[in-house]
Amino acid sequence: MENDKKKFDELDEYIKTIHATEHELIAVLHRAQHILSYLPREVQEFIADRLQIPVSKVYGVVTFYSFFTMEKKGKYVINVCLGTACFVRGADKIMKAFEDRLGIKNGETTPDGKFTLSSLRCVGACGLAPVVQVNGKTYGNATIETVEQILKEYEGE
Amino acid sequence: MEKVHIKINDIPLEVEEGTSILQAARSINIYIPTLCYLSLHIVHEHKINASCRVCVVEIKGRRNLAPSCSTKCTEGMEIYTNTQRVIRARRTVIELLLSDHPTECAMCEKNLKCQLQKIAAKMNIREIPYVGEVSKPNEYIKSEALKRDKAKCILCGNCVEVCSKVQDCNVLTFSHRGFKTFVGPAFDVNLDESKCVACGQCVNVCPTGALSQTSCINEVWEAIHDKTKHVVVQVAPAVRVALGEEFGYSLGTAVTGKMVTALRTLGFEKVFDTNFGADLTIMEESNELIERLKEGKNLPLITSCCPGWISFIESEYPEYLSLPSTCKSPHEMFGAMVKSYYAEKMGIEKKDILVVSIMPCLAKKKEIRRPQLANDGYPNVDYVLTTRELANMIKEIGIDFDALENGRFDNPLGESSGAADIFGVSGGVLEAALRNAMLTTEGKCKNVDFMDVRGYEGLKEADIKLNGMDLKVAAVNGLKNARKVMEQIREGKCQYQAIEIMACPGGCINGGGQPFHQRKMSKTIIGKRMEGLYMQDMSKKNRISQQNPYIQKLYQEYLEKPGSEKAHKYLHTSFSKRITIIK
Amino acid sequence: MCLSKVKTMEELFCLSENLKGLLDIKKGKANIAGTMEISVCGGTGCHASQSAKLKDELVRFAKQYGVEEKVKISITGCFGFCEKGPIVKISPDHTFYTKVHPEDAERIIKEHIVEGKIVEDLLYVNPLNHERILSQDQIPFYKKQHRVALRNCGLINPENIQEYIANRGFLALAKVLKDYRPDQVIDEVKKSGLRGRGGGGFNTGLKWEFASKYQSEKKYVICNADEGDPGAFMDRSILEGDPFSVIEAMIIAGYAIGADEGNVYIRAEYPLAIERLTIAIKQARQMGFLGENILGTNFCFDIFIKYGAGAFVCGEETALISSIEGNRGEPVVKPPFPAEAGLYQKPTIVNNVETLANIPVIILDGAEEFAKIGTEKSKGTKVFALAGKINNVGLVEVPMGITLREIIYDIGGGIKDDHEFKAAQTGGPSGGCITKDHLDIPIDFDNLSSIGSMMGSGGLIIMDDRNCMVDIAKFYLEFTVEESCGKCTPCRIGNKRLLEILTKITEGKATMDDLNRLEELSNIIKDTSLCGLGQSAPNPVLSTLHYFYDEYLAHIQKKYCPAHVCKALAKYQIDEKICIGCGKCAKNCPVNVIEKTDKPAKNPKLFVYKIQQENCIKCGTCAKNCPMKAIVLL
Repeated sequence: MENDKKKFDELDEYIKTIHATEHELIAVLHRAQHILSYLPREVQEFIADRLQIPVSKVYGVVTFYSFFTMEKKGKYVINVCLGTACFVRGADKIMKAFEDRLGIKNGETTPDGKFTLSSLRCVGACGLAPVVQVNGKTYGNATIETVEQILKEYEGE
Repeated sequence: MEKVHIKINDIPLEVEEGTSILQAARSINIYIPTLCYLSLHIVHEHKINASCRVCVVEIKGRRNLAPSCSTKCTEGMEIYTNTQRVIRARRTVIELLLSDHPTECAMCEKNLKCQLQKIAAKMNIREIPYVGEVSKPNEYIKSEALKRDKAKCILCGNCVEVCSKVQDCNVLTFSHRGFKTFVGPAFDVNLDESKCVACGQCVNVCPTGALSQTSCINEVWEAIHDKTKHVVVQVAPAVRVALGEEFGYSLGTAVTGKMVTALRTLGFEKVFDTNFGADLTIMEESNELIERLKEGKNLPLITSCCPGWISFIESEYPEYLSLPSTCKSPHEMFGAMVKSYYAEKMGIEKKDILVVSIMPCLAKKKEIRRPQLANDGYPNVDYVLTTRELANMIKEIGIDFDALENGRFDNPLGESSGAADIFGVSGGVLEAALRNAMLTTEGKCKNVDFMDVRGYEGLKEADIKLNGMDLKVAAVNGLKNARKVMEQIREGKCQYQAIEIMACPGGCINGGGQPFHQRKMSKTIIGKRMEGLYMQDMSKKNRISQQNPYIQKLYQEYLEKPGSEKAHKYLHTSFSKRITIIK
Repeated sequence: MCLSKVKTMEELFCLSENLKGLLDIKKGKANIAGTMEISVCGGTGCHASQSAKLKDELVRFAKQYGVEEKVKISITGCFGFCEKGPIVKISPDHTFYTKVHPEDAERIIKEHIVEGKIVEDLLYVNPLNHERILSQDQIPFYKKQHRVALRNCGLINPENIQEYIANRGFLALAKVLKDYRPDQVIDEVKKSGLRGRGGGGFNTGLKWEFASKYQSEKKYVICNADEGDPGAFMDRSILEGDPFSVIEAMIIAGYAIGADEGNVYIRAEYPLAIERLTIAIKQARQMGFLGENILGTNFCFDIFIKYGAGAFVCGEETALISSIEGNRGEPVVKPPFPAEAGLYQKPTIVNNVETLANIPVIILDGAEEFAKIGTEKSKGTKVFALAGKINNVGLVEVPMGITLREIIYDIGGGIKDDHEFKAAQTGGPSGGCITKDHLDIPIDFDNLSSIGSMMGSGGLIIMDDRNCMVDIAKFYLEFTVEESCGKCTPCRIGNKRLLEILTKITEGKATMDDLNRLEELSNIIKDTSLCGLGQSAPNPVLSTLHYFYDEYLAHIQKKYCPAHVCKALAKYQIDEKICIGCGKCAKNCPVNVIEKTDKPAKNPKLFVYKIQQENCIKCGTCAKNCPMKAIVLL
């Protein structure tokens, strides 16, 4: 809780520094998600209050953009690129392999909170297709076999 | 204004520059269906988001079909509204909407009043070729006053528009995106947990059954048929000039007599008039105004008849709760009198009396649950039915409304002055209070018509001389305007001593429980209802509340004088900060 | 870096002259001291393959071998040849090393820098004749390219404004401020014939002209860097490799239309581009190219970064503007166009990154020079992100009018694994496919539209006989359904229904009625949708229907997927002539649908097996376990 207060203070500080108005909502949400890793109701209400805008507007914006999440994510976020270049090189099979192996669907988090499986569209590393990112680290030329290797790398931790 | 020359379906036409194709077509009686187009005449704006794509037309030389609502006529434009391409596209759009919409029309609240249904009927749609996933579950969510049926929402955005742009309440919003988009309050909570004031304007503009009222018709039938209960009914002023619309009467026709007979036929023991409560409200409120002016405290006095407005100030401006008049709203005062004065007079036990109010309003459904609106352990009013629900009940038991004799309200609580009638229009309460205050303080009120505060402008001001004092008063309607006035107060820039505030644009005649205006919040509809009420006022012998003989009698027999201890017990209330789960 | 403000044009010309030598080595001019430069590609693809670590290793070994004075090691923007990344280029001799890993750092320093020997095994091998190729310009991938928008990518250090200035940076701005009235700038851009590279291909100069005609105290220039087409990444590469040219172009655009503020709307998914752009804007401010009284004139202009948040529809200009204003990124009806009432209702132009990157060149070399490149109605070059089943995945910039054949076979090195070319998708989810029949059509805006595709932002996905066109159409529809904003009915529900019909087809459940409906609905969605996203969403369906109708028919009538992609239609069958009756398939079948028949197998004591198709889950386990490879996918 104490920790949360600090995070809210940090967010508040940011809002003040950039003199945020309603037009900076998206920038503020980005910062909030950066600080808190997700955007639960309290955060959205906090932002609405600070920017003096209706919370319904904040909610409308948060739910519109796929980058924002209201769910707490796992420790490791596995992103399988489903951009065209990756798709034509079999990214859907990679996704399936992760789903089978982790027992969760795309967009879900494992019950132990360790892995979140999600997809994204094109990271621009089409030369390495299909591409998987784990917390920003990129694995190129993924195969069913590398799925296992990738998971092993993080499961131990 | 420049003129431009166009052709619609080969008919040459001259229109003003800036005219939309839709307006131009309507001016020569060419029908183009619309769903998301919302005419907001009385608040001076139209909502055109061109999102439903039902109104598309073909324009010569353009690659794609164009939405007629948002496309302006330009010189030489040749428009076709009925080519095969247009009809096929329009039909497909309706089919697509229906493919993601429940088709149990017979059970829908909006059956026969649904715009989607009407257009589908006109387009002769007999089957839906597109079958697939539906975006929202077919289940409804009830709050105290409103019922939301997500599956029926076609995302026209009308409700969001009135909730934000007209009422500035900002409760409803679009959320999520694409096929998963839906409309609701933030975090999709129940409306009762949001800052919704239940004005019901969203219900009025919803083209389908996605938003409707939480009905209590069944409970009222139960009560009527319960032999142990004495069920009385009272009717608000705005109902009588709108109910006729449900039975084919022209706009603004007062159907008071037939309505009274209909209510008797439904089985109510006594049919009373909320107007009586309105006269009573004026007695108390004008007294309160005179007192506050004398003391120079808690000014401006703001009216408190409108429960939507009260919910609004309780959540948005709780620091100013000393400003609204402590008077209960007219139907609540009335209920309190029924369950005290009337009960004692008639020798009926309070527990056996049930009071039903017929109201143009949805917020009243919420209001009757306030703990402050009860006396001696009984709520002042037990059920609120809207004008629409009353019409439904009349239809349900097969009453031929048109054939009804004119009836009269029961007494002693059925008589009223003309001042009470105009409670149903914006500015009316203020006008009634001014008439009464003038008569009280100066002993006469020569001119009872305060024209400055009439009409549908969002903010109307008047300068009044009252007993030697120069007063500045205002009548405000629509919560967006209410917010503006409250901000003036907050900034210390408010010059008024008395303000009437009504949540709905135009006042109660445009309330959330009135017959649907079919997405045309226009002067023709609202204005006619308005005229109807002023006609009622004019037709009365007494135009000032204190001239109502039964009011005088009530004070003599029971309440002593305005502001007395007893009056306070039964006729006044209190307000408190409203804490909602969603801030 | 200490950057001081350039106060006048004369100062800039002086500085430009002084800095010219900065890129000499990279441009191939040897100097007396024998200094060398190592450029390590810092584009996203190479970055993902540890190019940053590679650079650090190179620096470490340069020290270790005592050559840190002799060799300058820096990160540059994308070389485009992502397939062979990470790329390392040595100057001035232009040695081009491919697939370089951090472990190779020592050899490059020791052998190439210290001993002057080429590290042979890191050179690119021409797949046609298996010869090693020494320098970049000899590699077929680069031979037919013509770099205008990408002129600085791979050349300059994108985090050093001086290197940009060294390559004629900001001279276009100076020229404009010194010699041109705003309307003359617009005329020049109009004359060049430059068309928007983001999708629609609208004439850029005309767009500027519209915005310039509206009188307003405030106007905006917006750079659209919300590159959403999955499979296109040229805008990102430009911002990562040469952010300055975009900045310079925005300032010029601001001058032309009378704006004093620019916004770059960039995807949050592009952290590296954001970082480089932030640095570039900061340096440009320090040097006075942004801010008040630019180069001593009265003209003021500044640029701010706005972040996207994951919504493809925000590439549509009105949606983008809604998003910058802090709202849901929903498009609004046009007119009014942004040129009249855009950001905060002020006149606004929205230009794509690649479009802007061309502007300084047009100004410096003149519209006529620019217009010499390309076809009659499509001038200049186009950057394509070449991906899919092609040997040389990467970013290529080619003159308009080049043929697809040249791109695929000369630049792209042909189809992967020597398969057969089937189709190329241009324009991403809004485009359509080009087939074998169109391999020799000159690629430009109008030719692509005429064959039912579009230029789009320049994604070029190559498909071969292993790709199912119905599946591809379904893939794009899945994308649009997910990315539709949901505002208008045809796009929100119509595309969903299209996707459902396509799914039925790939599952073998569709009828001919469905096929007809697919086409009719596609046309109506195009005709009635509110914005460009909806209007173009059915393109992949219509274009595959047009060119690969037989493939659709096969799915529907024969319940057969010719490319063997659609799993529901896949059928495993045991070839009775090969089956030896060992029973391994039956033993391993997870759903026990393989049964022994009474037909004798090769070994007469045993019997052949048969798969009961109804309950087969098509997992392929049987095929994997068959020692005779007798089980085939039909």
